[in-house]
Amino acid sequence: MSATATAPSGTRLPQTPPTARRSLSVGPVLLEARAFIALGVIVVIFALLSDTYLTSSNLITMTRHVAINAILALGMLLVILTGGIDLSVGSIVGLSGVVAGVLLQGWEITSLDVILYPQVWAVVLASMAVGTVVGLVNGVLITRFRVAPFIATLGMLYVARGAALLISDGATFPRLGGDPALGNTGFGFLGSGRVLGIPTSIWLMVVAAALVFVLLRKTPFGRWLYATGGNERAAELSGVPVRSVTMRVYMVSGLCAGLVGLIIASELTSAAPQAGESYELNAIAAVVIGGASLSGGRGTVRGALIGAFVIGFLADGLVMVGVSTFWQTVIKGAVIILAVMLDQGEQRLKRARSAAAAAGSVPAPAAPVATGPRS
Amino acid sequence: MSSPAVAADPQRLERPVVMAARGITKVYGGTRALSGVDFDVRRGSVTALFGENGAGKSTLMKILAGVEQPTTGTLELDGEVVSFGSPVEAVERGVAIIHQELNLCPNLSVVDNLFMGRELTSRSFVDDRRQREEATALLARLEEPIDPRTDVGELRLGQQQVVEIARAISLRARVLVMDEPTSALSAAEVEVLFKVIRELTASGVSVVYISHHLEESLEIADEVVVLRDGALVATAHADEVGLPWIVTNMVGRNPDDLYPVLEPAPREPLLEIRGLDVADPTTPGRLAVEGLDLTVHAGEIVSIYGLMGAGRTELLETLAGRLTAENGTVAVAGHDLTRADIPTRIDHGLALVPEDRQRDGLVQTMSVGGNMSLSSIRRYARRLLLRDADEKRAVGTGMADVTVKAAGASAPIGSLSGGNQQKVVIAKVLLTEPRVLLLDEPARGIDVGAKADIFALMARQAEAGRAVLFATSELGEAMNAAHRVLVMARGRIVREFDPRTVTKEDLMSASDDSGPRADRSADGLVA
Repeated sequence: MSATATAPSGTRLPQTPPTARRSLSVGPVLLEARAFIALGVIVVIFALLSDTYLTSSNLITMTRHVAINAILALGMLLVILTGGIDLSVGSIVGLSGVVAGVLLQGWEITSLDVILYPQVWAVVLASMAVGTVVGLVNGVLITRFRVAPFIATLGMLYVARGAALLISDGATFPRLGGDPALGNTGFGFLGSGRVLGIPTSIWLMVVAAALVFVLLRKTPFGRWLYATGGNERAAELSGVPVRSVTMRVYMVSGLCAGLVGLIIASELTSAAPQAGESYELNAIAAVVIGGASLSGGRGTVRGALIGAFVIGFLADGLVMVGVSTFWQTVIKGAVIILAVMLDQGEQRLKRARSAAAAAGSVPAPAAPVATGPRS
Repeated sequence: MSSPAVAADPQRLERPVVMAARGITKVYGGTRALSGVDFDVRRGSVTALFGENGAGKSTLMKILAGVEQPTTGTLELDGEVVSFGSPVEAVERGVAIIHQELNLCPNLSVVDNLFMGRELTSRSFVDDRRQREEATALLARLEEPIDPRTDVGELRLGQQQVVEIARAISLRARVLVMDEPTSALSAAEVEVLFKVIRELTASGVSVVYISHHLEESLEIADEVVVLRDGALVATAHADEVGLPWIVTNMVGRNPDDLYPVLEPAPREPLLEIRGLDVADPTTPGRLAVEGLDLTVHAGEIVSIYGLMGAGRTELLETLAGRLTAENGTVAVAGHDLTRADIPTRIDHGLALVPEDRQRDGLVQTMSVGGNMSLSSIRRYARRLLLRDADEKRAVGTGMADVTVKAAGASAPIGSLSGGNQQKVVIAKVLLTEPRVLLLDEPARGIDVGAKADIFALMARQAEAGRAVLFATSELGEAMNAAHRVLVMARGRIVREFDPRTVTKEDLMSASDDSGPRADRSADGLVA
C-alpha cells in the first residue's frame, strides 16, 4: 500500500513505509559488508601472524596475484549473470600465452621459407583475439547448437589446452623479452612494468573492473544480461536479444582470459602450455564468494572483486605463515563453502522480509475497509 | 447444479461439523494475514471459500492442511483440539490438500507420482503391478485415459492437474482441501471433477474449495464463506445467494463496475492477419492455428474466447514472435512482420502481455522498475550509456498509468501481489508505445479490484487509438470488455458475435470442441 505512485491515500502512509524501506536496504548492505568483513578479518589475522604481511611491497605483490584472478572473475561474472558457466578460461590462458610465445620467438612459415617477427602490439592483439575466438566458439555451441554451457565449455577446456600443447609441442617458450634488432621488445611491460609505481597488471584490473562496472550499471546491455539470467523466457519476450547477449558474454570471458594469458607470459617472460590450469575454478569461486548466484541474474562487480581479494589475500597469507599447501587447499575450499552458506542464509532472510513487506500491504486497508476508496 | 438429493435434504444445517477453526489468527512478520477466523467444515458438504487475492484464503487452507501453523487460535477435528506440525501429520489425521501449484516430478511417471512417498510394496520391494492397477483405476474414475506409465512431464498441464487431484483423492482423506484445482482443466474435465466431488461428498468426505472461477465455485458449493482482508465477512448456503452477493461481499462494491463503458468507433485497420497456420509446439504434425484471418482496427478491443487447446495462446505467441508461422502473413499498419524477430515486432508496435506472468512476464531477480523498463530500455540510452533520469521518469509514468501499488520502483517484484505484478507487465508493454496491444488472459489469478483496473486500462488504450486483442477463458470478460467477441476452436475463428446481443450459451456452444478433445485424449495414450 505504501508509496502508491498515483493515489497518495493519506492517513495510513506514515506507518508502513519506514518498515518497508528498512527491510529493502538492510539486506544488501549486510550482504556486501560481510564480504568486506571477511577480507578485513583475513588481513588482521595475517598481519598479527606475520610482520611483513602488511608492508606496501607485500600488498602490491599480493594484489598482482589478485589481479590475474580478478580479471578472469570479471569475465566469469558476466557469464554467470546469464546463468551460464565458463570452464574453458584456464585453458584459454595457456593457449593465449603460447600464441604470444610463438609470435615473439618468430613465426616460421615453412612453405614461404620466412620467419615473421610481429610487433609486440600485434602479438598482444593476436593473443587476445585467440581468446575471444575461443569464447565465440563457446557462444555458438551454446546459443546455436543448444549445448549446455557446462558441457560446451568443459569440452573447450580440453580442446584449448590440447591446442596449446600442440602449438608448443608441449614445451615452454623461454625468453620472450624480444630482440632490439627485430624491434619486438617491450613484452615484459605487461607483467613487470609499472605506471606511477603500480604494476601494469593492477592497472589492467582496475580498468577492466571499471569497464565491466559501466557495462553492467549504465548500458542497456547490462540490463539485458541481468534479465537473461533472471528469466530467459521473459527476457526474450520483452525483446531482449538473448542469443546475442549470451554469445557476447562468452566472447568477453575469452577476451579476459586471453589478457590474463599475456600477463602471465609477460611476468615470467616465458609461455608454458600448462599455464592457467584450474584457474577457472578460482574465478568461479571469486564470483560466488562475491554473492553471485550460479543460477543467474544476481551478482556485482564489487562482489567479484572482493571475492578475488579474499581468495588471493588468504592464499598468500597462508603461504607466508607457513601453512602446508595441503592445508591451504582445504582452507580455501572451506572458505568457499562458508561464503555460499552465509549468502544462502542472507537470501532467505531477504525473501522473508520481502514476503512480510508484501503481506504488510494486505492488512493495511483492513481498518478503513468500509470507507475505502472503492467502496 | 447441486444434485436433487442434496437440494432436497432439509437437514443440511444439522450436518455435523467435522473440522473447525476457532479464532485463527496468522501473523507474518508484523502483519496479519488472518485475524480471528471461525470456520466450520461440515460432513459431506462442499464449502467454497471466496475472497480477493490477499484476503487470506490460501493462508487459511495452508493452516487447515498443516502446511502452516496459526499464530493464535485452534483447529478442532471431531470436537477435539488438534495441531498439525506438518502436512504429513494432517494426512495421518485425514486432512489432505490439493495445492494450487502442482507438486509433481515431471521426470517420473504418473504411477510414481501418485504413490510418491507411500509406495505400495511387497516384501520391501515396490509392487509395480499393484500400483499400476490402482493408478489406472484412479485415472478411470477421473475419466482421464492416460497411460499411468507416461512421464508426467509429457502430459499437458490439465492432465497434470488431474494427476495431482488423483493423488489427493487416493489419500482417502475425510477433509479434502482444493486450492484452485481447475485452473488448467477444460470444461469437460471440470465436469468430471465435479462429478467425483459429488461422489466423495455423498460418501461423507468434506471438501473445502477455492477457485478464481466464481461461478464454478458457486456451482459446486453447498456452503459459502467469504473472506476479506483476513477476516471472515459472510457465510451462507450456496442456494440462497448469487454471484452479485458474493462479489459485493468480496470487494464491498457493485460487480457491474468491473467492466468499463466502451466508446464505439473502430477506425482504420491496424493488425492484419491472413491465412495464418501455426504448428502445435507440443504435438508434432498438428496445427494449433489453422488458416486464420483477422483484422483488428485502431480504437477497437477484440476478445477471443475459447477453451484450452483452442489455439488462443499459440495465436498470440505467434503474433508476438515467440512461435513462427508456417504459412500466412501478419502485418501491423501495413508493415509485414511475418518473419520479424521479437525486438523488431516491438519496434513496430506489436507487444504481448503473456498468459503466465511468472514464467514469461517477469524477471523475478529484478526490481519493479527494472522489469518495467526492460522492453523499452534502449530508449533511455544516449551514446550507449543509460540516462537514469529518463528511465526513472518513464518508470514513474508507467507506475502512474497502471496504478501499481508498490513500496517504490526499487522494490523487489516478488513483494507485489499478483494483480500488481500483472500491472507491471502491462506497464512494461505500454512503455514500448505499442500500436497493437496483445493480452493473453490479462485478468487471470488477480483480484477483482485489479481486474477492473486492467479492463479500464484496456479501454483507455483503445480510446487512444491503439488496437487491443485479448484472449480469455472467462465468458464474462469475453462478453463485457470488448467491441467484438470472437470464438476460437480447433485453431480457427469459428464465430463472431456482437457483445450487445451475445449470450453465454452462444459462446459456449460455439466454443464446443468435442471433436479435437477426443484426438487429444488419444494423443495422451500414445505418449
